[in-house]
Amino acid sequence: MSWIGKIARVGRMVEPAPDAPEAAVAPPTGVTGSLQLRHVDCGSCNGCELEITSAFAPVYDAERFGARLVASPRHADALLATGVVTHNMRQPLLNTLKAIPEPRVVIAVGDCAVSGGVFTKGYGVVGTVGDVVPVDVEIPGCPPTPQQIITALRSVTGR
Amino acid sequence: MSALAVAAAALQVVGVLAGAPLVVGGMRQVRARLEGRAGGGIGQPWRDLRKQLRKQQITPSGTTVVFALAPAVVAGSTLLIAAIVPLIALGSPLDSAADLFGVVGLLFLGTVALTLAGIDTGTAFGGMGSSREITIAALVEPTILLAVFALSVPGGSANLAAIVAATANHPEQLVSPGSLLAFVALAIVIIAETGRLPVDNPSTHLELTMIHEAMILEYAGPKLALVEWASGMRLTVLLGLVANLFMPWGIAGSDPSFLAVLIGLVAITVKVVVLAGLLAAGEVFIAKLRLFRVPELLAGSFLLALLAVTASYFLGTPTS
Repeated sequence: MSWIGKIARVGRMVEPAPDAPEAAVAPPTGVTGSLQLRHVDCGSCNGCELEITSAFAPVYDAERFGARLVASPRHADALLATGVVTHNMRQPLLNTLKAIPEPRVVIAVGDCAVSGGVFTKGYGVVGTVGDVVPVDVEIPGCPPTPQQIITALRSVTGR
Repeated sequence: MSALAVAAAALQVVGVLAGAPLVVGGMRQVRARLEGRAGGGIGQPWRDLRKQLRKQQITPSGTTVVFALAPAVVAGSTLLIAAIVPLIALGSPLDSAADLFGVVGLLFLGTVALTLAGIDTGTAFGGMGSSREITIAALVEPTILLAVFALSVPGGSANLAAIVAATANHPEQLVSPGSLLAFVALAIVIIAETGRLPVDNPSTHLELTMIHEAMILEYAGPKLALVEWASGMRLTVLLGLVANLFMPWGIAGSDPSFLAVLIGLVAITVKVVVLAGLLAAGEVFIAKLRLFRVPELLAGSFLLALLAVTASYFLGTPTS
């Protein structure tokens, strides 16, 4: 029964939502407030992954704006790419993008994905995400805070 | 067969169509609130469905007509069940066409269609999900049939309307050992059949633990929308069926008046909402069972169903 007490004591731990940001791109299908994301780690240090996890956890709760991580690129509307693109992950990134049904959006998360960051010109690096696939939304930061990630996601969901 | 009985049956189908995404959204919302999150809102599944319907249709290379037709078969068989079972009124025009055994068969038809589609994609996860789903289905179907046997003994018929009418006329049957055991057995198999915790986790991202989700990994756009809609409708119909089998109050008779149909609609809505809320709240407290433990759970529910049949046969007094 201690769990029920805990649920009652904790209540809602979610941060209050700031005003909706300006739209970066039009919602992919015209339906606002629904965005399924497929996350691809192209060669990240896992810093961005931690912040993405945190953005979907109870405190920041990206789900209230209609964003959700899904298990298959076929179910997704947007590709969430983190890290510099390594030689080994170039083809999987292209394959994933091809598997996402149109209309789709590519979101580059973190300095590495946007500009290469500290890994620029590394021997295993192809380039930034933008060098391999067309990027629609960029989220700078090393790593970006959950707040930044959520603001960018809201600029796509329009909610 | 009055016009109102036909209208009530049509209302059932429309209600299940429109209400199923709301039931799913409501269950997600209950779960989100208990976890301290804000949640996407009750309308989120409807938004997702509307969006999926506008997306591109992708047919993976190498898939056949089995993959293309499966969503239609699942949705169609579920809609047929929604038209048959007594949710709002007893006298559905299709009532004489199918009894509870027919309903179980239609449920299995949908399951098999999705299973074959999972194999048809040729991916590792699709085949794995299909083999798991059919393992569970093979354990679930006999339990449903046995529980139905137990329930049909007092009414003297396997016809759904007859069972519900018999329970409504003799509510004391509900506290008989046979009925209580059948209720527990049916509750467990419905949780398994609709892919809820602790058998399957509907919100998982881990392909290795998926059952239902693994079969539909290759679906995209409108077909995905149809599959998700159908799985929500299965949940709604089964919750409504179990509600009316064990709490038949408020349901309209076989020759209903307009007011009775309205009362029936309100009653079934309240019952499904309460049951869905209880199910979602209960899921917060449990983790998914290890896959190899699931057959033990389902074998337990089969045993309960067997005891239910025995009890209702030896202890029950036929009251037709």
